[in-house]
Amino acid sequence: MKRLIFALTWLLPTMAFASSGVELQQANNDITDQASLQTGAKLFVNYCMGCHSLQYARFQRIGKDLGLTDDDLKEHLMFGAEKVGETITIAMDQDDAERWFGVTPPDLSVIARARGTDWLYTYMLSFYLDPSRPMGVNNLVFKDVGMPHVLWEQQGWQKAVHKSETDAQGHSHEVIELELVNPADKEKAEQYEKDMRNLVNFLEYIGEPAKLERHSLGWKVLLFLFIFLGFSVALKKEYWRDIH
Amino acid sequence: MNKMLTASLEWVDTRFPLTKMWNEHLAQYYAPKNFNVWYYFGSLALVLLVLQIITGIFLAVNYKPDAGLAFASVEYIMRDVDYGWLIRYMHSTGASFFFIVVYLHMFRALLYGSYKKPRELLWIIGMFIYMCLMAESFFGYLLPWGQMSFWGAQVIISLFGAIPYVGEDLAVWVRGDYVIGDATLNRFFVYHVVLVPMLLLVLAVVHIIALHEVGSNNPDGIEIKKNKDPKTGIPLDGIPFHPYYTVKDIVGVTVFAIIFCAVIFYAPEMGGYFLEHNNFFPADPMKTPEHISPSWYFTPFYAILRAVPDKFLGVIAMGGSIVVLFFLPWLDRSPVKSIRYKGWIFKLALSLFVVSFFGLAYLGMQAPTPMKTLFAQIFTIIYFAFFLLMPWYSKIDKTKPVPERVTD
Repeated sequence: MKRLIFALTWLLPTMAFASSGVELQQANNDITDQASLQTGAKLFVNYCMGCHSLQYARFQRIGKDLGLTDDDLKEHLMFGAEKVGETITIAMDQDDAERWFGVTPPDLSVIARARGTDWLYTYMLSFYLDPSRPMGVNNLVFKDVGMPHVLWEQQGWQKAVHKSETDAQGHSHEVIELELVNPADKEKAEQYEKDMRNLVNFLEYIGEPAKLERHSLGWKVLLFLFIFLGFSVALKKEYWRDIH
Repeated sequence: MNKMLTASLEWVDTRFPLTKMWNEHLAQYYAPKNFNVWYYFGSLALVLLVLQIITGIFLAVNYKPDAGLAFASVEYIMRDVDYGWLIRYMHSTGASFFFIVVYLHMFRALLYGSYKKPRELLWIIGMFIYMCLMAESFFGYLLPWGQMSFWGAQVIISLFGAIPYVGEDLAVWVRGDYVIGDATLNRFFVYHVVLVPMLLLVLAVVHIIALHEVGSNNPDGIEIKKNKDPKTGIPLDGIPFHPYYTVKDIVGVTVFAIIFCAVIFYAPEMGGYFLEHNNFFPADPMKTPEHISPSWYFTPFYAILRAVPDKFLGVIAMGGSIVVLFFLPWLDRSPVKSIRYKGWIFKLALSLFVVSFFGLAYLGMQAPTPMKTLFAQIFTIIYFAFFLLMPWYSKIDKTKPVPERVTD
């Protein structure tokens, strides 16, 4: 054990320089917040589902986990689908999509598990105007992304401001900061941040719907095991009394 | 009722050595009474082997070994199969814990000299189990058909290409194709669920038979068979495995289950070490990930591979780092088994070995930089020096006298 601690302390300095890239903003979402998940689902079907499918997820499961009835699902979430048992697919043809955007928009079923919620949240907040790009926008965390800023009306346009910063070692770095083109959009942009938190929350949930169940079952299993541990220790002691 | 049971047992015993086996391996197998915490990992490894087989059967029921369907079938298990997520997490977490447990089990052997005479063959059988385990996890890791599955397998199989003359043909033969593809997935599935598990089961049985033939070592490294009760012939420091160690191992398994379940329910990805984030992108032969690293339990050997500038020599070094372990029983010339009675030289050597093993494990996960490669080279040298210089330093090391009987 001592050796292990020694090895770990020795490794700490090497671990410090492991991270790099744009600093991600924290999503701070909460998948137990059902209202937030419902808002996120609504945002997803209204703004994302035109291009992005959730081909492993089913409406029915969303209804069950988010507290929505079949009628709610049909009225608010299912625009193309007929049966609640269906998976969430899209009508856009893959070849068309590739012609229009350069890439096929990925399925987002497990995107939160691949990218992480902080990355998704930062990504959604980091579109900025860039006339050199075919869609007129670029993204800080996903350089030269093919996706247009679908939600620009909700956020307002952002522009990149190049600044020079000096770090603790005295080296100067060029950093890019984003600010609103029109400062009057500030209030709108704040609401947009909240919406994106809900959207990312929904994506985390849809990435692993079992997470809700996992967390609520886990402590019961652990509680049982701790009680069982008490009995097994008592049994061991009883048998071993005659040994030492 | 009781009479009927006794009669049935007699009926079986005249036809199959059931009672005899029970006695030989449990009720009258005498294990040293001074086992410490390190001695839990053998039984835990057995528990994990059984767990992996059972959960694996449940997964194979719904998994589809087809390049077009594999990724989706795993998500189907995670979402639509009742408790499929639980079975899958038990299996994926079980794989990582299998390695943790086996590494600790092997480290126990290093601490107490459990590989030394008369347990050389026991150690070698164990090494074969370890190699099978590596093959098993390598084949299994391709099955979810994510980006890391695909590219990890691509990197490892391409290593065959480094072998002169036959290398490229060999790599194609292993893959069944010029790239990782459906043919590879199909055959890896068969190896993962049929071939290697069979070998593992047979080897595990052979390992236990060999153990029970020579008897267990203990933290003092004393042969308990040297001090037998003159009347009964039972080792004075031995106690029957059942019930004493069965009830003790139940405690060990329960503590293990608590840690295991905490991971399954609250951190099944383990920060990307047990389930890698990149593996949630479906396999895409057209898109090479920026950084490819193998599963954490292979990273020490991967770091050794990368530490050597020449690809072929790197492959040799990586293979050598495993092969050298087979010779351990003959490399150790110390007159004592246990670290308790070994001198400072062995203790220092073992500490350096542990540091370099952890160091290599860490470096194997990182993208290489000149600085990191230099560290990997230093650790690689220490790793090999630990084994290759052992005949010398274990001989000159000052040992302490070993007591007649086990302590505590």
